[in-house]
Amino acid sequence: MSIVDLTAFELRERLRSGEISSRAATETYLERIRRHDKTIHAFLRVDEQHALRQADEIDARKKRGEKIGPLAGLPVAVKDILCTKGQPTTCGSRILENFVPPYDATVVTKLKMADAVLLGKTNLDEFAMGGSTENSAYGVTRNPWDVTRIPGGSSGGSAAAVAASMAPLAIGTDTGGSIRQPAALCGVTGLKPTYGRVSRFGLVAFASSLDQIGPFGRTARDVALLLEVIAGHDERDSTSVPKPVPEYSRTIGQPLSGLKLGVVKEHFAAGLDADVESAVREALRVYESLGAKLVDISMPVSKYAVATYYIIAPCEASSNLARYDGVHYGHRTDEKAMLERLKKDAAGGGEVDSPLVRLYRDSRAEGFGPEVKRRIMLGTYALSAGYYDAYYLKALKVRRLIRQDFDRAFSQCDLIAGPVTTSAAFKLGEKVDDPLAMYLVDLYTVSANLAGLAGISIPCGLSTGGLPIGLQLQARPFDEERLLRAAHMFQQATHWHTLRPKLAA
Amino acid sequence: MPPYTTVIGLEAHVQLLTASKLFCGCATKFGAPPNTQTCPICIGMPGVLPVMNRKAFDLGLKAAVALNCKIAAFTKWDRKNYYYPDLPKGYQISQYDLPFSSEGFLEISDPKGRFETKRVGIIRVHLEEDAGKSMHDEQAGTADSKVDLNRAGVPLLEIVSKPDMRSPLEARAYLTELKLLLTYLGVSDCNMQEGSLRVDANINLHVPAPQEKGGKIATPIVEVKNMNSFRSVERALAHEAERQFEEFQRTGQRLGQVPKQTRGWDDTKDATYAQRHKEESSDYRYFPEPDLVPVAVTEAEVESVRRALRELPAQMRSRLAKTYGITAYDAEVIVNQAQPFVDFYVDLAARCGDGKLAANWVLQDVLKVLNERGIAIDKYPVSTERLAALLARVKSGDVDTGRGREVLQLMLDQGQSADEAIAQLGIAKVDAGELRKLCEELVAANPKLVADVKGGKLQAAGAFIGQAKRKNPNVDPNRVKEVCLELIQALP
Ligand SMILES: [Zn+2]
Repeated sequence: MSIVDLTAFELRERLRSGEISSRAATETYLERIRRHDKTIHAFLRVDEQHALRQADEIDARKKRGEKIGPLAGLPVAVKDILCTKGQPTTCGSRILENFVPPYDATVVTKLKMADAVLLGKTNLDEFAMGGSTENSAYGVTRNPWDVTRIPGGSSGGSAAAVAASMAPLAIGTDTGGSIRQPAALCGVTGLKPTYGRVSRFGLVAFASSLDQIGPFGRTARDVALLLEVIAGHDERDSTSVPKPVPEYSRTIGQPLSGLKLGVVKEHFAAGLDADVESAVREALRVYESLGAKLVDISMPVSKYAVATYYIIAPCEASSNLARYDGVHYGHRTDEKAMLERLKKDAAGGGEVDSPLVRLYRDSRAEGFGPEVKRRIMLGTYALSAGYYDAYYLKALKVRRLIRQDFDRAFSQCDLIAGPVTTSAAFKLGEKVDDPLAMYLVDLYTVSANLAGLAGISIPCGLSTGGLPIGLQLQARPFDEERLLRAAHMFQQATHWHTLRPKLAA
Repeated sequence: MPPYTTVIGLEAHVQLLTASKLFCGCATKFGAPPNTQTCPICIGMPGVLPVMNRKAFDLGLKAAVALNCKIAAFTKWDRKNYYYPDLPKGYQISQYDLPFSSEGFLEISDPKGRFETKRVGIIRVHLEEDAGKSMHDEQAGTADSKVDLNRAGVPLLEIVSKPDMRSPLEARAYLTELKLLLTYLGVSDCNMQEGSLRVDANINLHVPAPQEKGGKIATPIVEVKNMNSFRSVERALAHEAERQFEEFQRTGQRLGQVPKQTRGWDDTKDATYAQRHKEESSDYRYFPEPDLVPVAVTEAEVESVRRALRELPAQMRSRLAKTYGITAYDAEVIVNQAQPFVDFYVDLAARCGDGKLAANWVLQDVLKVLNERGIAIDKYPVSTERLAALLARVKSGDVDTGRGREVLQLMLDQGQSADEAIAQLGIAKVDAGELRKLCEELVAANPKLVADVKGGKLQAAGAFIGQAKRKNPNVDPNRVKEVCLELIQALP
């Protein structure tokens, strides 16, 4: 059995026993990346030397009998929206092409403290805005199961890296489904923690009240391992919650007896692909066979979730992205050429921008891609005087109602089970000219972000075309432990999470 | 009296006396080299998050309680969005619809009685972060612009008054009282030169018009900026009121007929001038700051802040007046010099046992030296102990007030004690017999003066004092006058 066929948990056991060295594990994964990432393009940057140095250091420390961290020697890929000190952090955007942060995100610090080996930074939709990773300024990522298809997004690079066995573990972010949706489309396990469970410090903000960092792995147990390292209160993030972090990977093997799974009737309405529906229904039967009880629930407000999300997220984004103005850092338009253009405009008569305003306009026009611009405009509009009440304020009210829907649901059940996506992975380019269709890929996932809940996506079948399908489980805030145990139960009973795409050599 | 009522409301921005900024750990010291007090958070780098400085919030709370404000049980932060190079995040973290305090008041009075004691309403007090400072020429385009972000993120308290002031004098009194209160509380040093107190004013006029509903016409409100001292606030508002009245007579324009105008004050030209309208100034797209959690303040917390409040200036004034038997005016002047001066006075009064005498000397002689030398009371060269020793000699009649001043001058110039200075000046008490003998000589030698006094010109007796002083500088002038008059009365 090759190293890349092991789960992260299994690999960790072998690293601990000394059967495999960190160097060997890292080299194997780097080799795998060299071989396949030209096609997949999951990574924006791979720092081989740095990763190997880290691996050697961990091996040396282990040899000296020094204490090593819980992820010692395990390679991890990180979405390129988490700041890494001294290394470029682009967010998939031209505007941060040359940006090198002088600090690590708290999650990156925690990974380093846990002695993980950082392989590199993964591709994403620009500033995490998108569901296909086609919005990256640095090229698309391809789905390892079918390279003509999208891997999902925005954490498409991280999901594809794990699916293609180019990393045993990866870090993604989820603002409206950006971990769970690519996990489903790439056939891996991905968890969005409760809002406040993981520090956002150093995560470049898209929509601050929705963003959460979370883990990707092959199994629920892998994901548990990574979550217990990155979770916890951080005094640098006031919205991170000071609650103790359970040892998820230790309790994960305990089955849940008398589990009540809520099934949302609105999730099985028109628009759901037949393959996905049958895979999800089959998964529910698996749970029943394991002793779970299915409870029918209704979430009437959920039909407004996507609309609500596309008000709140762009509003926050329009403000969060204001700092990329070409003044202090990031892309700045060629000033000489800009002043020439201004001069020409002035000669044409009429009102012209001041040089400062033109600097802003041109720098941002050149630096941002179309989807980011679209959302900045949406958000700016919705927050404007005269529209604020009708859009932003109304959206906040609906957001509260959605949370109430969940509260009601969770009074009847322990977890909510359903689809992650309406269909399996679509073709590259299929929806790029239809932003509204693209926004609907978040249909089943945005609610968890709006309500601040935890959610997980686990593989539960293949489409007739042989593409992965995901099952989503959602839990009450800070109930990740139950979520992971339920996911693990399923994975003990099924083989879907063990399937790997066949990659051309 | 002008033929109109001036209506003024003030908006003050006060820098809080914290060691670090509002949302990061950077220092707030004034005058550091540009951009040396910055970090990724206050320069708005990607991915960083603000964390509230509790000290700043507590100082704000203290000020709001002292300003008699209602304290909100729940307050949140909001983003005020606009683009400017000195605002690196593209938004300022401020408070919009739920400020942490509102509906307070500040009492102002004038010891000279030029206006009646009144309460100026406070609409709201909220916290926000400061922007940086840009130095540039936007129009020139080619010139380099420079931005100093040391100030970015420094905690500010914005205090918005109701339009309750009716003259520039009242506006000045409000600011004086506000500054006094905040410096007494240690909330701010309110140093206008260093920008730790900034004031904008809203002003318009109510012109009597019996034929109108309400009996008056309100002129358009103008916001006046760029006033960098209390004096310039008073002058700017006086000028602006006159300008508005002149404009009203010329145009008849009323409130609501023209957009709100912003005018800057030019101290050298002694005039306000129209400022360019700030682009997009009207729409800041406020929304709740998602990176910070709301702050809850309990009733008990407010109560403990209230209990811990030290004596406020108004209370201190009445206490001084009562305890030391000094006039309300003297108490006002003493308290208005700020805490160290009050401490000096109280110590002196206690040492010499005569509050009135201490007040006279402190307000005339000590204050005069402070003003002449441009120093604060802590730099005053004579200690309360030494000054009290001099006052004791004055009080006992050993030294009269005039000679006392000479003694103090010597103490100031040469650092002597009262006794040393008195000795050096050769001041010795003249005994009653000696004084009487001297007066008899003077009366005998000045028949013309004696005749004048006899004829009813009592003030002519003053001339004896000068002559007596020439013969013996230690004589008490009042005694000389008394004795001479007595002798003259006794003459047939
Ligand atoms: Zn700072």
